Amino acid sequence: MRPRKLIKRFSFIDVFLWTFRLAVIAIVVVGSIATLAGGRYTGRQWLDFVEFGLAQGGIYALIALGYTMVYGVLNMINFAHGEVFMSGAYTAYFIAVPLGTSGFLARHLLVGLLTILLVAMATSTGVAVLVERVAYRPLRRAPRLVPLITAIGASFFLQYTFRGLYGAGIHSYPDIAALSGDWALGSFHILRTQAIVLLGAVVMMLLLYAVVMRTKIGKAMRAVAEDRDAAALMGINVDGIILFTFALGGAMAGAAGVLYALVFKQVHFFMGFVPGIKAFTSAVLGGIGNIPGAMLGGLFLGIVESVGPALFLDGLGIRAPYQLRDVIGFTMLLIMLIFRPQGILGERLAAKRA
Amino acid sequence: MYLCLVGVVETFRTRWIVADVAGLGQAFVFICMLAAGYVAARRAADTGTLRAVSEGAGAGLLAGALPAALLLLGGAIPLRTVFINASPALFELLSLGLPPSQGSLGLLLVGAAAGAGGAIVSRIPPAARRAFLWGVLAVLLLSIFQDLLQLLLQPRGVSSAIRDLLFSPDGPSFRGAAIICVLTWATSAGGTLLGYARERRGVGAAGGSRRTRLALMALALAGLLLLPIAGGLFVAQVMVLVGLYILMGLGLNLEVGFAGLLDLGFVAFFAIGAYTVALLTSRGEHGIAHMSFWAAIPVAVAVSLVAGVIFGIPVLRVRGDYLAIATLGLGEIVRLLVLSDALEPWLGGSFGVLAIPKPVIAGYELSGPRQLYYLTVVASALIAYVAWRLQDSRLGRAWMAIREDEDVAQAIGINLVTTKLLAYGIGGAMGGIGGAIFAVMLGSVFPHSFQLLISINVLVLIILGGMGSIWGVIVGALVLVGLPELLREFGEFRFLIYGIVLVAMMLFRPEGLLPAAAQKLELHAEEPPAPEASAAVS
Amino acid sequence: MRHRSVLIALALCVLLATGVPFAAPAPAATMGPVSDPIGVVKIDAGAPIVIASWLVTSGPNGALGTDSQRGIEIAIDDVGGKVLGHAIKLISEDSGCNAEGGQTAATKIAANADVVAAIGSSCSSEAVPGAPILWKAGIVTVSPSNTAPKLTDPMRGPDYDGYLRTAHNDKIQGAVAATFARNVLRKSRAATIHDGSPYAQGLANAFAENFQKMGGTITSQEAISVGDTDMHPVLTRIATGKPDMIFYPIFVAEGGFITRQAKDVSGLAGVTLFGADGLFTPDFLKAAGDSAQGMYWSSPDLTPEALGPRYAQDFLVKYKKKYGETPTAAFHPHAYDAAMIVFAAIRKVARAQGGALYIGRKALRDALFATRNFKGLTGTITCNQYGDCADPHIAVYQSVSADPAKWNPGVDPKKVYPMGKP
Repeated sequence: MRPRKLIKRFSFIDVFLWTFRLAVIAIVVVGSIATLAGGRYTGRQWLDFVEFGLAQGGIYALIALGYTMVYGVLNMINFAHGEVFMSGAYTAYFIAVPLGTSGFLARHLLVGLLTILLVAMATSTGVAVLVERVAYRPLRRAPRLVPLITAIGASFFLQYTFRGLYGAGIHSYPDIAALSGDWALGSFHILRTQAIVLLGAVVMMLLLYAVVMRTKIGKAMRAVAEDRDAAALMGINVDGIILFTFALGGAMAGAAGVLYALVFKQVHFFMGFVPGIKAFTSAVLGGIGNIPGAMLGGLFLGIVESVGPALFLDGLGIRAPYQLRDVIGFTMLLIMLIFRPQGILGERLAAKRA
Repeated sequence: MYLCLVGVVETFRTRWIVADVAGLGQAFVFICMLAAGYVAARRAADTGTLRAVSEGAGAGLLAGALPAALLLLGGAIPLRTVFINASPALFELLSLGLPPSQGSLGLLLVGAAAGAGGAIVSRIPPAARRAFLWGVLAVLLLSIFQDLLQLLLQPRGVSSAIRDLLFSPDGPSFRGAAIICVLTWATSAGGTLLGYARERRGVGAAGGSRRTRLALMALALAGLLLLPIAGGLFVAQVMVLVGLYILMGLGLNLEVGFAGLLDLGFVAFFAIGAYTVALLTSRGEHGIAHMSFWAAIPVAVAVSLVAGVIFGIPVLRVRGDYLAIATLGLGEIVRLLVLSDALEPWLGGSFGVLAIPKPVIAGYELSGPRQLYYLTVVASALIAYVAWRLQDSRLGRAWMAIREDEDVAQAIGINLVTTKLLAYGIGGAMGGIGGAIFAVMLGSVFPHSFQLLISINVLVLIILGGMGSIWGVIVGALVLVGLPELLREFGEFRFLIYGIVLVAMMLFRPEGLLPAAAQKLELHAEEPPAPEASAAVS
Repeated sequence: MRHRSVLIALALCVLLATGVPFAAPAPAATMGPVSDPIGVVKIDAGAPIVIASWLVTSGPNGALGTDSQRGIEIAIDDVGGKVLGHAIKLISEDSGCNAEGGQTAATKIAANADVVAAIGSSCSSEAVPGAPILWKAGIVTVSPSNTAPKLTDPMRGPDYDGYLRTAHNDKIQGAVAATFARNVLRKSRAATIHDGSPYAQGLANAFAENFQKMGGTITSQEAISVGDTDMHPVLTRIATGKPDMIFYPIFVAEGGFITRQAKDVSGLAGVTLFGADGLFTPDFLKAAGDSAQGMYWSSPDLTPEALGPRYAQDFLVKYKKKYGETPTAAFHPHAYDAAMIVFAAIRKVARAQGGALYIGRKALRDALFATRNFKGLTGTITCNQYGDCADPHIAVYQSVSADPAKWNPGVDPKKVYPMGKP
C-alpha cells in the first residue's frame, strides 16, 4: 500500500491506544528489570508474593463465580452480590463466636465449620432470592441502565440494613487452632488458611461447573442464557431458573464469606463493597459469563495485586507502592477491556467452544 | 418490626412530634399499622364498609403482632447481643412502659385500632381525606424539620415570636402542632373548594397561564436570589453544595442522559478541576503559580476537557456494563493517584493542598457561603444554558442517536469517535468547573473528598430527576443533596433511604421525577404486559 | 426572547453578588454593658447558654466522638448544669471525620447565633475547613482530640485565631514513641505504615523524624489504603529492609489485619509491633486477637499516676455510672477539660445586666487563650498563643493479655513509659 494510504488507516485513536499500551508495557518491563536487578527480594519472597496473591485471588474468584453466573444467565451485573457475601459472613459470625468460645469448634471441627457454613449459605441465599424477587424481577425487560441502578440501590439498602441490625462495629471470628500455622510440603510452605481458601475455591468451581454443564437444571440455565424467550417457548420455567441461579450464586457467596472470615477474621457491614468490585473486575478479566474464566480472573487479579507493586513500581523508585495496588488492578482491567474485551477465556456461559 | 430493629425507633425516641406527648419513633410504628389497614381496605374496595374496616383491623393487627412478638422475644432472650438496637429502651417504647405481656397485648390492640382507622380513612370522601392526610403530613414535617425551622426563625422580631409559638425547648409544642394541623386542613379544604369553583366556572387552562407562568418564574427567581439572605448561612452552604452537584449532574447528564454512556468515574473530573485550581492558586507549598481564581478557571476547564477526552479514548469500544466498571476504575485511579505518597511532593498526598484563596471580584472577596452561592448560581445557570443549547443542536441529536443504537447511528454517518469523545470532554469540563468551585469553597482539597460515592451520588440524582432532562438534574440535586443535609439527624439512615429510593424509583418511575418527554415514552413503552403476566404466574 | 430573560437573570445575579456586602451583618456590636469588635451574645434571663459540640458520633470512628461527648456531659454535670445562673444547653452536630462533614457541621453551628462557644472537632481533617468557618461567625472552638501539628502551627493564618485544643500535638506523640523505641527498647531499624489519612501520615512522619534524629534508621515508610485486607505483600516488602520494629499509627480495621498477618510473613519473626492511639481501644483487641500480645501503643496517659486521683476515683466512677461502660476512646478527659476552660472563660468575661447575660466574642476568645495553670483532668492547662493548651502526657503501653474483656488502660495494657514521672 502506498505510504499515504497507510498513514490514513491509523486514526488518532489507534495511535493513542498504542501509545498507552506501549507505555504500560514499558513501565512493566523497566520496572521489573530494575526491581529484579536491585535484588531487594529473595526468590523465596517472590514465591511468597505469588502465594499471598493466590490466596487473596481465591476469595475474589469465589465471589466472581456468583457474578459471572448471574451475568451469564441474566445479562445483568448484580452489584448487590458483594452485600450477599457480607450478609452470610456477618450472620454466621453470631454462630461462630459461641461455637468458638464454648470450645465446640475445637472439639468437633468439621461439624462446627459445617454449621457455620450452613448458616451463612442459608442467609445469603435468602438475601439473594429476596433481592431478586423484590428488585430485579419486575425490571427484567427494562433497558440496561435500570437494573443496574436498582442493583446499586439494593446494595446500599442491604449494607445499611445490616448496619442497623448488627451495628457499625467490627467483629472478629474466633481463632481456630486447627487452621492456623502452615503446612510444609518439602521446602514449600503454605499457610493453612490459604490452602483452605484455594481448595474451597477450586471445589466450588468444580461443583458449579458440574451443575451447569452436567445437570438438567444446568442445561436449562444455559438455555435461558442463550435465549430467554426461546427457552420459555421450550417449556422451561424461566422465572424458576433465574431464581435458582440467584440462589446458587447466593449460596456460593455465603460460602465465600465464611472462608473470607476464617482467613481475615474481621467482619463488618461494609466488608462486601470492595471485594464486590474486585470480584467483578476479576470476572471481567477472565471473561464474564465464563466459569473457569471467573476463577482464572480472580487468581490473576490477586497475583497482580500482590506481585505488581513490588515488581513494577519498586524498581521505578516509587514510594509506598502498595498504596497504588488498586491502580495496577484497574489499569490491568482497562488494558484488558481495550484490547481483549471478552476477557482471557472469552465470554458466554452457554457457548461450547466452537 | 424491621424499622424497630434497624433502630429507627430507637433513634427517634428523643424526638417529639408533640413535645412530651408523642414521639416520632412511636409515630412510625403507628403509621405502619395505619398504612397496613389502609392498604388492606383499598384492596377490598368493592366490599361493604364494615367488611373493609374489619379487614383493615386485621391487617393492623398483623402489623402490630410483629413488634409484639419482638417484645415478647426480647423479654425472654437477650437479643441485644445480635441485634444491637433491640435494647431495653426500645422495648420500653414499644410497650409504652408496661410489662412485656401487657405491652404486647397493648400493641395488638393499638394495631387493630390503627388498622381500622386506616380503613376508615380510605373510605371517607377524597377531599376530606386529602385534608386529613395533609394535616398529618404537615405535623410530621414540622417535627422532622424542627432544627432547621428553629434556625430559620431565629432572628429577633416577628419570626422569633412565631418560633416561640410553635416550639417549646424540647420540640414542637402541642399548641404548635395543633396550629399547623388546623392551618393545613384549612388550606387544603380551601384549595379543594377553589378547585370546585374553578371547575364550575369552566375556565380553561390556556388563558391566564402565560401570565401566571411568568409571574411564577419571577417569583422563583426572586426566591432564588434572596435565599441566602433569608435562609441564613447554613441554608446558603447547603445550596452551594446543591449547586455543585447540579454542575456535576449536568456534566454527567451529558454523558449518560444524552449520549447513553454510563460513567461511574465522574468524580475524577471533579477532582481534576479542584486540584487544577488548587495547584494554580494556592498560596501554600504546593501552589505552582499564584494565579487568581478567574485566571485559573479556564485552565481548569481546559484540563478537565482534555482529561475527559483521554478517559474516553480507552473506553470507546467498551460496551454498556463494562463501561461502568471501566470508568469506575478510572475514577479510583485518579483518587488513588492524588492520595499517593508517590505523588505527594506535587499533589500533597493525604494532607492535600491548603491555603486556597477565595475568589476576588473587583477587590471584593467572595468569602462566605452566601457569596459563593451566587457564584454557583451563575455557574449553574451558564452551564445549564450550554447544556440546553447542546441538547437541541446537531451534536445533541448525534448523542441521542448514539444512545438509541450505536450501529444505526454509525450507519447514518455519525462519527462515533468524535461524538463520544466530545461527550466525555464536555461532560468532564462541566465536572471540572464544579470541582473548581469546590476547591475555593473549602479553601483546601483533600483526596478523601473524591470518593466513588460521589460518582454514585451524581448518577443517582440524575436518575432520580430524570435522565436527559435538565430540570430533572436540578430537582434531583435538590432532593438528593439538599434534603439529607437539612435532615442531618437522619444521618445514619441516609444511605438506607438512598437505597430504598433508588429501588423504588426504578420500580415505579424509572424515567425520574421530571423526565424529558422522549424518555418517558421510551421507558413506559418498554413495560409490556409483564406486570400482569408475572402476577398471573406468581 | 428566552435568551434575553436568561441573560437578564444572569446580570442580576452578578450584580447581587457584588452588592451582597449590603446584606452582610455589621461587625462591631454593642449590646448592654458589653462592647466587642466581633459581636456580643445576649442571653436572656431564664434562657440557656448554648454550647455546641461537633464530634464524630456515627460511623466506624463514632466511639471517639461519643467518648468525647460524654466527657463534655460529665463536665456539665459537674458544674451543676449551670454557669452564672443560666442553664447550659448542649447542641451536637455529627462531623463525620472528614472535611465536608466538618465543614457542614461547622456551618450549621455558625448559622446559629445563639451559640456561645463550640467544642470540637474530633478528627483533624474536620477542623481544617471547620475552624475558620466557626471563627468567621465569631465562635471559638476547643478541640479535645485533634492532634495534627498543622492546626496550631505558627504559620496557620488568622483564620484559625479562634481555635484551641486540649489534646496533644502529634509532634509530641511521635517524639515520645521514638524516644521509647530508641532508648528503652533499643531498636535501631524501624518501618512505618500509614493509611493515607493526615493523622496517620503526620504521626508516622513525626516518629520517623525523631527516630532518625536519635540515630536510628528508617528502613521504609509504607502506606496502605483504608479497606485493604491483605497486608501480606506490604509486610513482605517491609521485611526486606529487616526492621526490628514496625510503627503503624492507623485505625482498628487495618491495624487488626497487620497485627494478625505479620507473623505469617517470613522475615518478620520477632519484630516488635507498635501502634498509636487509633488502635488504643478494646475493639482493636477484638480484631487482632492473640497476635496483639506483647505489642506496644503510644497514647495519652490515662493512668492514675499521671492524672491523679481526680481522674481515677472521681471522673471514671461517674463515667461508668452514667454510661454503663468504661471509656471507649482516649480523649474524654480532654473533652472534659475543654468544657471546663470554656466555662471558666465565660465566667470571666460575661457581664450581667437586668437578669440577662452579655458575652463579648472576642473577649471570650482572648480569655480562653489567656488560660494559665488551669488545673484540669489531663494536667495543667496553659494555652499558648497558637492554641496548644495541652499538658501532654503521652505514655507507652504494652499489652498483657490481649483480652478485650480485661481492658483497663494502665493495668492491661500496662504502662511501661515513662515510669515514675508525675
